[in-house]
Amino acid sequence: MIGSTKKHEHKECRKLLGSISEYVDGELSEELCSLLEQHLSDCEDCRVVVDTLKKTVYLYHTTAEEENLPNEMRQRLYKALNIEEYLE
Amino acid sequence: MNGNENKVEAEGFSLEALQAGDAEEFSRLVDTYSTKIYRLAIKMLSQQQDAEDVLQETFFKAYRGLKSFDGRSKLSTWLFRIATNEALMILRRKHPDFISIDEPVETEDGEQEPVQIIDWCCLPENELLSEETKEKLDAAVQKLPESLRIVFILRDINDLSTHETAEVLDLSDTAVKTRLSRARLRLREDLTAYLGERVNELRETQLNPPAEPSTKTQRKVVLHSKGEGNK
Repeated sequence: MIGSTKKHEHKECRKLLGSISEYVDGELSEELCSLLEQHLSDCEDCRVVVDTLKKTVYLYHTTAEEENLPNEMRQRLYKALNIEEYLE
Repeated sequence: MNGNENKVEAEGFSLEALQAGDAEEFSRLVDTYSTKIYRLAIKMLSQQQDAEDVLQETFFKAYRGLKSFDGRSKLSTWLFRIATNEALMILRRKHPDFISIDEPVETEDGEQEPVQIIDWCCLPENELLSEETKEKLDAAVQKLPESLRIVFILRDINDLSTHETAEVLDLSDTAVKTRLSRARLRLREDLTAYLGERVNELRETQLNPPAEPSTKTQRKVVLHSKGEGNK
């Protein structure tokens, strides 16, 4: 199914893989951040991982924002809690 | 007693009113947090009925527990902790082989994880946010072990900080970061397996357009030029 994809096996990349999540959150220490950025400047594979990881988080965030409490469930909640009079 | 002495503001709520059982103030609390608690429950459990049970039980317990709420944690953190415990209880009931969220994650970060390299960021937004993609997003979250799933939900779905998530789950900040990293990498892998295929299909279509005009309506999707689709 994914015959066209390539396994990413460079040792340096493997070591830095665990830092990417903190990097996209801007929470990486200055030292590790510059190490990673230096690596990213000449490793296209890792740049793809960073970009797709960022986009993954963005997609979840965006789709979750659209997921609202269904109205009927909200009404049942207010009723169960006996605060129906405050339903808008 | 004058009003200032006992008036504790907790994230815009009057703790005094909440603890006195003021229904209007409690309804404001419900209004503010019900959607986030619903999202936590539905992403954790995937069944509407289970999510509704968590939602109702969380606010029942909050109402009863407010009197003894000591304000040491944020009100929202306290509510998410109740909701998380409710969701985990349902999981334990349904899956007796359930793994505790306290168990350490077994391998070093990223060590054994496969990593597929396909840049699918070039796909247009309507592809990335299609109903089919949304189903894949949900399915990928359900595949995560509970210990990673709950961290991902609190951080990336409900927008809690690392430290707030750590407080809800009674974990260290470092453990939260490690689990979040693992969760995100796994989700990225799953999405890459699916969206990478979409990139390949669309490139094929663009490189080899059908010889004869089709009577069927073709979906017109143009890949952006940035990045290589498959390497």
